[in-house]
Amino acid sequence: MAMQISDSAMLATSGAKARARAAALENIRTEPAAVRIAIITLAVSFLTIFVVLPLVLVFAQAFSKGFMAYVTALAEPEALAAIKLTLLVAAISVTLNLVFGLVAAWAVAKFEFSGKTFLITLIDLPFSVSPVISGLVFVLLFGAQGYFGGWLRDHDIQILFAVPGIALATTFVTFPFVARALIPLMQEQGTQEEEAAISLGASGLRTFFRVTLPNIKWGLLYGVLLCNARAMGEFGAVSVVSGHIRGETNTMPLLVEILYDEYQFVAAFAIASLLAMLALITLVAKTILERRLDGGEDRDH
Amino acid sequence: MTIEVRKLVKTFGSFKALDGVDLKVDSGELLALLGPSGSGKTTLLRIVAGLDWPDAGEVLINGEDALTHGARERHVGFVFQHYALFRHMSVFENVAFGLRVQPRAIRKDETTIRARVKELLDLVQLDWLADRYPNQLSGGQRQRIALARALAIEPRILLLDEPFGALDAKVRKELRKWLRSLHHEINVTSIFVTHDQEEALEVANRVVVMDKGRIEQIGSPDDVYETPATAFVHGFIGESIELPVQVADGVVRLGERPLPLKAEGLASGASKLFVRRHDMLVGPAGSGAFEGAVQHVRNFGPVQRAEVALSGGETIEIDAPRDRELRAGDTVGLEPRRYRIFAG
Repeated sequence: MAMQISDSAMLATSGAKARARAAALENIRTEPAAVRIAIITLAVSFLTIFVVLPLVLVFAQAFSKGFMAYVTALAEPEALAAIKLTLLVAAISVTLNLVFGLVAAWAVAKFEFSGKTFLITLIDLPFSVSPVISGLVFVLLFGAQGYFGGWLRDHDIQILFAVPGIALATTFVTFPFVARALIPLMQEQGTQEEEAAISLGASGLRTFFRVTLPNIKWGLLYGVLLCNARAMGEFGAVSVVSGHIRGETNTMPLLVEILYDEYQFVAAFAIASLLAMLALITLVAKTILERRLDGGEDRDH
Repeated sequence: MTIEVRKLVKTFGSFKALDGVDLKVDSGELLALLGPSGSGKTTLLRIVAGLDWPDAGEVLINGEDALTHGARERHVGFVFQHYALFRHMSVFENVAFGLRVQPRAIRKDETTIRARVKELLDLVQLDWLADRYPNQLSGGQRQRIALARALAIEPRILLLDEPFGALDAKVRKELRKWLRSLHHEINVTSIFVTHDQEEALEVANRVVVMDKGRIEQIGSPDDVYETPATAFVHGFIGESIELPVQVADGVVRLGERPLPLKAEGLASGASKLFVRRHDMLVGPAGSGAFEGAVQHVRNFGPVQRAEVALSGGETIEIDAPRDRELRAGDTVGLEPRRYRIFAG
């Protein structure tokens, strides 16, 4: 009987009981420790093998023959041309997509019209189509045998195997980024502030620059950032339309492949390291922007 | 400034938001558009402001056709339910916005603008918030700033769309009184939309009751409460008891029983009897037009609210003064002090 058990024994049992109860509670609240450790280990090792290791290897290979070899590889005229072309193409396609994305997002978020769902689906098309197909579409349109091929030849306009073709293909592939970043933001903000501005006598243009644009600037920057990263890194579509003319129509990703195929590992990885750095910078900027997007807005209505 | 709308029709897809609305607002009036959600009141307001366009009908502001002008040219102050303050601008810049975007020819210089904004912030008693941003303000403060912003352009008319709809009960009551006195001070022809009958009756000079895109009644707050024109108005404003009755040959019947109620001038057929809860007088069993058994009693301050099962089977809620305590199980007689019968 309970009455006959000595005090110390009672304390000991109650202590053990409390511990058992705490452990039981712990089990109810979360998964067992073994499961937690297994899952975390799995995630970390996966990330290490598939993300961290390749990134480290890119830089290791780039600097394998020393810093001077790295700099020399980047100073090659071919490398410089590729860097220049990549920057030019990114500038063109980001600008175009900034305008297109803004217009498309505006149409979707602020107007009601039939065919809206279809438009939203169209915006996503470049994400669901293989980049190689995207490139081929432009060959079909502007190639010598393409729909506009004859007309272009007659007027002496070069699109394929030149900057315009590369820019077009890149623009197509990176189209969704800006629109995608803006649509949910603009839908959430609604049209009331614009309506207020108009009723206060502001013109459409003024309303856009003084009310709409400041409200979406962080979202816009976010879209531009991702669009830029993808534009500089695009391989498939650009590879189809570029023609791989050395020193002329090779972008950085294309040059990496060519150099690698020619066993110039240091040069290939030197260029690759630039792209990797772009990725890292993009990642940091993206994190900062996401924080601004979440924290900067007032959600309490 | 007067506002007049004639035969206004507006449909959204298959939904008829406005179904032939005629309304005249006199100069200096503070008019309430009252109705349940979907009654078309906000649509009407937005059409007057130029933020929506009617399918048919006319809008006249001060006798001039307003439909030939967009929202930008109408000089209408509009206050939104969710404030719609420019979130990236300070309170000061919000109020100054309407002055800064004026065409260069009539735009005031910076000193005049600053003085005017200061004056408006004083008017809404929030001059100490000039440097804050909208997300640092409470709901009530935001709405007062929104009002100051709308007044900055010296609007010809002022339109308020559920201005206190997003605020809590206490702030609402304060702002109601404040809006009334502010209107008294500035005397701009104003229309405000609300679904809150108390708000409409307390603030407005005149109340327009709307339902399903039509105007049910226009009248003073007393009119719409004391002499509702339709069954809808009676049911919507104030707490009413509603009983289905039959009128035939000058006799009103509830089920089979004739009721000792006057039925002169009433059309025969199915009708509805409306009685305000507090107009149902409680007497001893056997007295009055109805008899019933008390089911529950709850006390609300000065009144007791009793659920009474009538002998015919219907259950009604009445508000009785607390001088005579009712108890569940009591059998009581009920006499409507005042009532109205509507066909349909």
